[in-house]
Amino acid sequence: MTARGWVLPVAVLLGFVFLYAPIVSLVVFSFNDSRLVTVWGGFSTRWYGELLRDRQILGAAWVSLQVAFASATIATVIGTLAAFVLTRFGSFTGRLLLTGMATAPLVMPEVITGLSLLLLFVSMELTLGWPAGRGLTTVIIAHTTFCAAFVAVIAQSRLRDMDESLEEAARDLGAGPVRVFFDVTLPVIAPALVSGWLLAFTLSLDDLVIASFVSGPGASTLPMVVFSKIRLGVSPDINALATIIIAVVVIAVVIAGLLLRRSARP
Amino acid sequence: MSAPATNALTRSLPWRLTARVVGAMGITGRTLVIAVPMLWFLVFFLVPFFVLGRISLAEAIIARPPYTPLWERMPDGTLTIIASLENFRFLLADRLYANAYLSSIRIAVVSTVFALLIGYPMAYFIARAPEPRRSILLLLVILPFWTSFLLRVYAWMGFLRREGVINNFLLHIGAIDRPLIMLQTDFAVYVGIVYTYLPFMILPLYANLTKLDQAHLEAAADLGASPMVTFFTVTLPLSMPGIVAGSMLVFIPAIGEYVIPALLGGPDTLMIGRVLWDEFFQARDWPVASAVAIVMLFLVVAPIMWLQSVQNRRELK
Repeated sequence: MTARGWVLPVAVLLGFVFLYAPIVSLVVFSFNDSRLVTVWGGFSTRWYGELLRDRQILGAAWVSLQVAFASATIATVIGTLAAFVLTRFGSFTGRLLLTGMATAPLVMPEVITGLSLLLLFVSMELTLGWPAGRGLTTVIIAHTTFCAAFVAVIAQSRLRDMDESLEEAARDLGAGPVRVFFDVTLPVIAPALVSGWLLAFTLSLDDLVIASFVSGPGASTLPMVVFSKIRLGVSPDINALATIIIAVVVIAVVIAGLLLRRSARP
Repeated sequence: MSAPATNALTRSLPWRLTARVVGAMGITGRTLVIAVPMLWFLVFFLVPFFVLGRISLAEAIIARPPYTPLWERMPDGTLTIIASLENFRFLLADRLYANAYLSSIRIAVVSTVFALLIGYPMAYFIARAPEPRRSILLLLVILPFWTSFLLRVYAWMGFLRREGVINNFLLHIGAIDRPLIMLQTDFAVYVGIVYTYLPFMILPLYANLTKLDQAHLEAAADLGASPMVTFFTVTLPLSMPGIVAGSMLVFIPAIGEYVIPALLGGPDTLMIGRVLWDEFFQARDWPVASAVAIVMLFLVVAPIMWLQSVQNRRELK
């Protein structure tokens, strides 16, 4: 074997160890009986029990799920419309502006997005009286905006790959634009939209920085509560929470992967 | 949607009424469809930057809202615009801010280089792996990205702590006789950034390397180039767009990072995202926080535009 023959696989293996070792240790120590997160004190599920009795965490998880569900759904509608307009409407006034606005949120630092949206909400409240205070609504709006950009990217690539002769055939047979969209385009791109929705849902569940800026009292999301806890140090019930999240994500990713594979097939 | 359902929708009274009113106003359905995403992004993405710019010109006061108004009506009825570049002058005068910007760039550059060094061999290996191993490896790269970002950073707190997994292991095998200080250092911040953004480096590199024309490599080999020479003269230059895209995807979020320096960094780890956060949440100085954000915006817009132009050039080819 040449030198290069084994150097590369070993480097790749180390790369995967780097990616997975911290996650594996999180999961392992979630079943640790000891309060010391990194010293093994025997197998136990007590931290899962403590987690389920923690009202603050459960409340925040409920807030996060509501926010993620609402913003993923609205973001899928807005992102799909943006993608449809950009791929099917040819040229129109403001096309370049919309392209920019639908991609820029992807690369905008979260602290800037969060601060600028908060300042917008405060100014709107002063001049228009809406939104009254900050809470669930403002977090949903903020998450919808950056999630819609992600959905738009996914939907655009699917719409570009899609065989446009299907839509042409429907039009030739006398279908109006609304019917063509709902009866032809939408069913074809639906699997991509499902994975877009799932991505938006995860991104919303994951966000700490933007939510911290635009949220108000009584609407702390799960990452906000977790952050305030781990700032003080490691704690085993957070390991239990991480394990649950990892389990859910693995299941969701497998489902999304299967859907994407089906949508990729011609 | 099924055909009958669509028919029912387009024949329903509310739909026809809306269509009538909208049609009477001279607005086509096309305009309406454009208007929805356009208005949403205008109001909730573009307008906030103008608000940000306006408040960066105000002054902090103890009131609700905690900044001075942009204009004030004088007793004689004239409007006076109150705007000052005082906050920007303050940013220039105080070394803290310049240091934070420079330190953010340094941390982002170092992390990007390490992410490239770790990510390139992985992307190269995956791109050349046969199916179905390739798909599985790719899924393994993406999977951590879907789990909570915050909890992945938290995992490193448990790893790098004084009584953490790494120290316990090294003490156990006798490689060290006293724990290493790793948490709350710049080193921990590098590890955290490379770890969380590695998938963003690998994916564009992978996409680029799978498209690499095998014929180029064979031609180089036929002409007598060794695998090493082929790699450095053919593969590496051809994968440049992937390197640029991956590096930007790591560099851009790294520069504004808040969570990683806050959890893994020490009190002296300066990053601009953290300075902005503290300025807002601790000092409660909204105008200065806005000015920091405006300067930061220019710091990230330049590399983004560069990335866009590189991508556009590639699409034209």
